[in-house]
Amino acid sequence: MSDTGSPPPAVRCTGLEHSFGTTKAVDGVDLEIAPGEVFGLLGPNGAGKTTTIRMITTLLPIPAGEVSVFGLDVARRKMAVRRLIGYVPQQLSADGALTGRENVSLFARLFDVPRAERAEQVRRAIGLVGLLDDADRPAGGYSGGMIRRLELAQALVSSPRLLILDEPTIGLDPVARSAVWERISEIRAETGMTVLVTTHYMDEAEQYCDRVALMHAGRIRALGTPAELEAGLGPDSTLDDVFRSVTGDALAGEAGGMRDVRATRRTARRLG
Amino acid sequence: MSVPLAAPPAVSADPGPLAQLRILASRVGAMCLIELQKLRRDQTELLTRAIQPALWLLIFGETFTRLRAIPTGSIPYLDYLAPGILAQSALFIAIFYGIQIIWERDAGVLAKLLVTPTPRAALVAGKAFAAGVRALVQALMVLILSAILGVGLTANPLRLLAMAVVVVLGSAFFCCLSIVIAGVVLSRERLMGIGQAITMPLFFGSNALYPVNLMPGWLKVLSHANPLSYQVDALRGLLIGTPANLGLDFGVLVGASAIAIGVASALLGRLAR
Repeated sequence: MSDTGSPPPAVRCTGLEHSFGTTKAVDGVDLEIAPGEVFGLLGPNGAGKTTTIRMITTLLPIPAGEVSVFGLDVARRKMAVRRLIGYVPQQLSADGALTGRENVSLFARLFDVPRAERAEQVRRAIGLVGLLDDADRPAGGYSGGMIRRLELAQALVSSPRLLILDEPTIGLDPVARSAVWERISEIRAETGMTVLVTTHYMDEAEQYCDRVALMHAGRIRALGTPAELEAGLGPDSTLDDVFRSVTGDALAGEAGGMRDVRATRRTARRLG
Repeated sequence: MSVPLAAPPAVSADPGPLAQLRILASRVGAMCLIELQKLRRDQTELLTRAIQPALWLLIFGETFTRLRAIPTGSIPYLDYLAPGILAQSALFIAIFYGIQIIWERDAGVLAKLLVTPTPRAALVAGKAFAAGVRALVQALMVLILSAILGVGLTANPLRLLAMAVVVVLGSAFFCCLSIVIAGVVLSRERLMGIGQAITMPLFFGSNALYPVNLMPGWLKVLSHANPLSYQVDALRGLLIGTPANLGLDFGVLVGASAIAIGVASALLGRLAR
């Protein structure tokens, strides 16, 4: 990156595109996320949020446009980018056959946390999400909210500079949802890490995100702080109203392909 | 909640080739460890999986050794068969390992691992190692049963060690073959179908049950392209002392495993899309 003067943004996407067959899942996304902010990527199922995230996390190739993470070109510096990212996918991805501690230790090893500090860092990450009492039980016996918190610990043990959460509260009950968000807020306050989160719960975005982007049909339709977006629509508007005005009535109809819905249901089922 | 996490990593330059090799070794270690931790909680399955090879030896082996239908020279057929069953039991475990990869893909485990700074080859090597360890547990049980049935096995520790290496190499190859198929078909059902379809010709088209020179010419050619034949040849040579081409056997198994790990690693990213 040429601009060595000011620190590079945590994430910068320019003209980002991605197609599955003939469907344009992401259709020209421009986005800049400042270091240290909690940024919400909102939109209905099938809006292109997950595809955008998968390009930022190096999981998908970047056929058109550019993505950089802290100034590193994601297409060319995959390994270096992965070192900076903590990623929690939409599905429940902790391994039920392992204990909570084993799940977190694996990620400490994969991110080269030095052997001498490893046990302590693992303990800290588990402590941050409040799972110390259950750390040595197989994760298969955890509740959905506990698994989400365990996944948070897996992503945090490497002290990432960018934490990426794809639908972290999908399928959770309201108590577990706010518990997950409170952990995220605490950790951000403590470490100053940048958080990129996708969600389709407008109330969560309103309460916990510094800035949000509303995505629909592969494009960003609105961008700003929740207050700015609401003020733009008129007095007494909520983020829900903004969302509706941006997406039209698409929310009720075409939202979400078969694959999305199936993935969501599978996650919900595993959460029981 | 006052304990700070460690300092975040700096934006670093790409590591040199030596550092990359060190990273690869440490990642392979981490993935092998995690597979061992999983196996530890899976002991019932380890045991029940040994039933099938035991039945092959007990029922098929005991019958055919009395029939004397298959010319195996001076050695009893049961002795001839035991190393073949050892290889078969390893094959049957490894050939369905791709199902685990597809499960991990559906569960999001694979995507999460792929976003860590871990070379794809390390993730594949971890699975190959796990298949090898499972196969070793079975091999041990097949060996114990063979000894009980009176098969004249070697007691030379070096030969037994070499046998263990052969079992792990063969399992690693077939495990990676399974991951390759998984990476191509991307669905559990199709993988099951293909796995079942190729297990039969792999097994019967090898020297596991009968000498290759009994086969028609075209099948002989195929059996020479079948890594299972080399695995059985090595096992038979090591365990019961039949003449074997050990150098060639090891060469083929090492080469085939290396190629399979390479191809499987290249296809892993496809699974995460």
